[in-house]
Amino acid sequence: MEFWKDPINTIFASMMESFTSGGMSDVLARVLIYLIGILLFVTFAMVLDIFLVWIERKVVARFQDRLGPNRIGPFGIFQPFADIVKLLIKEDITPVGADVVMFNLAPIFSMMSVLLLWAIMPFAPNMFGVDLNVGMLYLVAAGSIGTLSVIMAGWASNNKYALLGAFRTVAQMVSYEIPMVAALLVVTLLAGTMGAVGIVGAQEGVSFFWLSPLAFLIFLISAIAELGRSPFDLNEAESEIVAGFHTEYTGMKFGLFYAGELLHSFTFGGFIALLFFGGHRLFGLENLFPTPIWGALIFIGKAIFFYWVIMWIKYTVPRIRVDHMLAFNWKFLTPLAFILLMVTALVGRLFLESAWLVPALFISNILLAWLTVEYLKSHARKEREKEEASKQSATLAEQH
Amino acid sequence: MIPISWYLILAAALFSIGLFGVLARKNAVAILLGVELMLNAVNINLVTFWRYNAPETVTGQVFAIIVFAVAAAEVAVGLALIISIYRNRNTIVADDLDMMKW
Amino acid sequence: MKILFLIFAAITLGSAFMVVTTKKMIHAAFWLITTLFGVAALYALLNAGFMAMVQIVVYVGAIAILFIFAIMLTRKEMLDSAAPLNKNWGIAALFSLLSFAGLYTLLRNWTGFSNEAPELAAGVDTITELGTALVTPDAYLLPFEVASVLLLAALIGAVYVANDAKNQQEAEK
Repeated sequence: MEFWKDPINTIFASMMESFTSGGMSDVLARVLIYLIGILLFVTFAMVLDIFLVWIERKVVARFQDRLGPNRIGPFGIFQPFADIVKLLIKEDITPVGADVVMFNLAPIFSMMSVLLLWAIMPFAPNMFGVDLNVGMLYLVAAGSIGTLSVIMAGWASNNKYALLGAFRTVAQMVSYEIPMVAALLVVTLLAGTMGAVGIVGAQEGVSFFWLSPLAFLIFLISAIAELGRSPFDLNEAESEIVAGFHTEYTGMKFGLFYAGELLHSFTFGGFIALLFFGGHRLFGLENLFPTPIWGALIFIGKAIFFYWVIMWIKYTVPRIRVDHMLAFNWKFLTPLAFILLMVTALVGRLFLESAWLVPALFISNILLAWLTVEYLKSHARKEREKEEASKQSATLAEQH
Repeated sequence: MIPISWYLILAAALFSIGLFGVLARKNAVAILLGVELMLNAVNINLVTFWRYNAPETVTGQVFAIIVFAVAAAEVAVGLALIISIYRNRNTIVADDLDMMKW
Repeated sequence: MKILFLIFAAITLGSAFMVVTTKKMIHAAFWLITTLFGVAALYALLNAGFMAMVQIVVYVGAIAILFIFAIMLTRKEMLDSAAPLNKNWGIAALFSLLSFAGLYTLLRNWTGFSNEAPELAAGVDTITELGTALVTPDAYLLPFEVASVLLLAALIGAVYVANDAKNQQEAEK
């Protein structure tokens, strides 16, 4: 019974007992158990990753009106294993003039930046790696390691397309970090804490999606940009720069980048679930079984749902142009995010103790969204009129 | 526990290495890298003194945060200057930048 | 704790040494990143988790990337073949050794040289205190605002200096 209430701590206590009874010192046993825990956790993430490949391929196929893998195993579920074998037996090429050490380190860093994020993922109460009180900053910090891996790969390949892809990615990731941080600040403001566990705990009554739907949208957009998935997949735009920063990578090194990207999307799906949709909660269904494992399953289900949303966007929206990508961020998303932050702070302060806090925040968000749309409409109309006027004057000049 | 001296000696060593970089490197970007090392050494000192002498106040951390902001500003302007010089003179070797010398 | 400190100190100092001596500029930048990670780990050892995270976000995520960009924009070939150090490097090494020796003797004569860290009060959240201190007028509101103005000025200055307006105008003519 004890095990189902608090599985991780129960396992930890029993392992601790069996380790120290053999005469091992307390500190050493603790370190060893943590290492084993990390190993198991990472293995879990990697096994999950294998199935993410299958989900990705199957869903893409459906979006594109195909069947997808269906030969190996039921519904082609063992296709990823065939992929892995293929990647492993490919020739491992290092390009001439490449910086060998950095060339090999880059895929590892890419995978590492994703796996680091799993340390703070609160699956359910009592089921998380570590509750950092700077959790949201940690999220951003791990993202900057991802940026680093891309620039390492791009530079070390000694390939101009790879370098171009890296430049684009870095410009994109560094700029989209800003609206993302602002959206995270809104969440921090609402929760009163930066720790992931605290944020999930603060959504006891109402999830943050209802308090700040705009922050959710901004976070979703900037998360997609951070992931480098379509419509923001400029870093590997196939029709322009071959395959971007991983042009020169073959075999399992490429596989690491690919798997890292998929796991990254899934991880961000999980973060969306925990930041805006109450983590392990699902309309009271989480109390159906009195065990955190059930909550963790709900959480993973939510994460897969948002992973699917990200995929949905990826296979629906075409790639945007590089200058549009930057203009969209600096001229639209960042100002909007900062205005939202100020509005949230103001409204949250005004209605601090009142029962109207939730509706007031929701309405202020809707109002802000409506104003933004109206402004964009008038702006677009003005641009259109300007263009038409210039066209007319051009035709007039031709007639004369 | 670790005595304060370990951190302070580490910071002093880091500062000296940074100083060497500033004085001895040819490349202007490398000189800025040395300045970064020195700023980091200072920050280690600030955080160490906060932890060892006054953990109940946050003064040391506030100082360190201001240093972060100043470092970011310094790098932005410094690198902009270097890129501008590179455009005009096609070199960033600090010894060759002697326009002001006669 | 001591073992951890020694490991991170070795990483920090070793990579810092590589920053100032390595030949390829881009490698120097990556060694700088290693140093910054080492310093972040030291902050974490000092119970300053917030500082550690800010160190990685600001230094690795912004400053180091900026350095890498600048190095890529200002190099002519992939390999920097010229010697990295100028002809005065001997005097420079002497100076830095002297500065280290001077700092060391100064610290040696300080009475609190081998103090140990006091226990942190349980249940105190430094981040909350830090956040409050930064926006309290009696505490550090003014320096905080001044720092933000400095950042804004640096932003505008950097854009103005690096922007090649003059050449563009000439090209248009």
